Amino acid sequence: MIKNKNNILTIIVVLLFSISGYSQDSTNKELPSVNIKTMDGKVFNTSLIYNDGKPIILSFWATWCKPCIKELTTIAELYSDWQKETGVKIILVSVDDSRTTYNVKPFVEGNDWSYEVFLDANSDFKRAMNVNLIPHTFVLNGKGQIVWQHTSFTEGAEIELINIIRKIIKGEPIDK
Amino acid sequence: MKNKSAILFFLITGFITNVSAQNISNNLNKGEIHGSFQADCQYYFKDTAIGASVVPEYFLMNNFENFIYTNSKFSAGFRFESYQNALKGFDTRNKGIGIPYRFASYKTENVEITVGNFYEQFGSGMILRAYEDWGLGFDNSIYGIRVKSELIKGITLKGLAGNQRLYFAKGEGIVRGADGEFSLNDIFKRLSEKKTRLIFGGSFVSKYQENNDPIYYFPENVAACAGRFNVFSGKINFYGEYVYKINDPSAVNNLIYKDGNAVHSSISYSQKGLGILISAKRVDNMDFRSERSATGNDLLINYLPALTKQHIYSLASMYPYATQPTGEMGFYAQVIYTVKKNTWLGGNYGTIVNVNYSIANSIDKEKVNDTTQLNEKGTLGYKSGFFEIGNEKYFEDFNVEITHKFSKKIKTILFFANLVYNKDVIEGHSGDGTVYANTFALDLSYKLDEKNNLRMELQHLYTEQDKGNWVMGLLEYTISPKWFFAVSDGWNYGNSDSKKQTHYYMGSFGFVKNATRIAINYGRQREGIICIGGVCRNVPSMNGITMSITSNF
Repeated sequence: MIKNKNNILTIIVVLLFSISGYSQDSTNKELPSVNIKTMDGKVFNTSLIYNDGKPIILSFWATWCKPCIKELTTIAELYSDWQKETGVKIILVSVDDSRTTYNVKPFVEGNDWSYEVFLDANSDFKRAMNVNLIPHTFVLNGKGQIVWQHTSFTEGAEIELINIIRKIIKGEPIDK
Repeated sequence: MKNKSAILFFLITGFITNVSAQNISNNLNKGEIHGSFQADCQYYFKDTAIGASVVPEYFLMNNFENFIYTNSKFSAGFRFESYQNALKGFDTRNKGIGIPYRFASYKTENVEITVGNFYEQFGSGMILRAYEDWGLGFDNSIYGIRVKSELIKGITLKGLAGNQRLYFAKGEGIVRGADGEFSLNDIFKRLSEKKTRLIFGGSFVSKYQENNDPIYYFPENVAACAGRFNVFSGKINFYGEYVYKINDPSAVNNLIYKDGNAVHSSISYSQKGLGILISAKRVDNMDFRSERSATGNDLLINYLPALTKQHIYSLASMYPYATQPTGEMGFYAQVIYTVKKNTWLGGNYGTIVNVNYSIANSIDKEKVNDTTQLNEKGTLGYKSGFFEIGNEKYFEDFNVEITHKFSKKIKTILFFANLVYNKDVIEGHSGDGTVYANTFALDLSYKLDEKNNLRMELQHLYTEQDKGNWVMGLLEYTISPKWFFAVSDGWNYGNSDSKKQTHYYMGSFGFVKNATRIAINYGRQREGIICIGGVCRNVPSMNGITMSITSNF
């Protein structure tokens, strides 16, 4: 299917994988370093996502994604209680492209959400995080490492989410 | 030649990183391999009632596996794709197995260099946007070299060159581009504390394609430039972008030599509980591709999204709009308001009201002179005054969505949309005219207990045109967080041909564990268009079993 010339690059990439594969630390994943934007246009590097040693919920969503909105509306009611109890911070990454990206701020404010929101208009961060479908939620421990993730949302899934956060706070192992 | 230099560069960066990784034991632990995969499979049944046929293979599959290796500043990856054969409705040039996406990248604090395939967007994408959408079978990634830098704080510069992906092949045209973005508050210290933030940007993109045409003299180099401006001042955001392209005769614009331009601007106001957005755009002969003969979704350099709401309810999404790149004027307004809880309208939990209006019209097109037909091949095509709105309506949509939670157990969404859909223009054929449709939807969610939830959707679409009235019902049962089950039926009871008053029944269930999701559904799928962003795909009518698996690691 692919011409030989192009195959060379592929072969090199695959080779590099096999050479370097042994060095993988499979316990916890670090966040990749990708530039995304704040809702007021500032460039922000994702490797700087941090919550003062406390856990983080990182959620990929879009204004046109109904289950995402359902999830975020459900959690919005519980968020201040969750914060008081665990110190967790919720960070949203909107993958709205230029069709709807200008709508993100009025949408977030109009819904009266108090989340920290970033824009990933060409899905660079989404790709680097290997997210195929949204909503997709990651939980980061106090060191900023990814310890748990979940795709899709159903009513009641927020209970599983806060239970994961509670386990992190207590230092209990998380059932993967 | 270009390929060789890309590979050489890759070898050097790869070598350096690998050597240092082997020497410094700390780095060993930093190397990580992650990825994701998805497989969508369909088994088809013959169904004469909806005109669905079987395929000779019976069973079709689209599938990809993504691998990304990162080690400190270095990363590399590839996507293995397989279409055996491509699902019905996807382009059949996606055939067989290959690795059409592969890259290596080295990133320091200020500079990032990528070779191989990459995705990129300049400004809002009106001049250049390379991206992928698996659900649409869309991928116009650029295969070449890209450099990004932020050597001075607040100034981001990007440069790139390459060919675009065309399924398992590459386009013939070369795309070159440069973009600069200047954040004034970051550049000038005295502005850094100011509440008002200003960002300017500019782009230049040029494509090259050889001209061997015996009849026409085509420009081999087609240049485009764009400028943009962004102001953030407390509750108010303003964005404006203008793009201009020199003459670029192509299959899409019927080989006219007119130059092209587009403008998009939006202003929003946001405060707690209230969000307002108003946008306007004008597109004039701005279809931009790296090959003159390309049509459909092939080799698009720029992205001209539809300025309309993307509907969630299936009957409202039956008539989606797609930007008309040869010429349109559009306007969009949206208000989102949260009625506070513990008020009469807000109830105990608050009510969210979302009102939206959008319209798209033709632009005015006048003959260039008396002897030339409008849009005649090989001529300047037409003249168009910037503020002259054409008299043909392409699309109009007024919709309201009210979300209200009655109690801890009951949530509802009430939805109404009034749509005007110029089927001839949007779908590119003639004889169907314009569809006027009203759609209602009621979405009721009932929480049985902490984990079990029932949801019901009732929808009705009323129209005297096209296929007439539709009614649809859906029942969904979820056991959180792992299981979901749903049954639905869409009935085209208003079809003027009584033989076509068919039921489109569907049953589905799925299982989710962490990042892995498996969904299986059986039933009928109606013929139509799926649009995501500015790109659409035709879906044929189908009866069969679909299985979709997605996961990451």
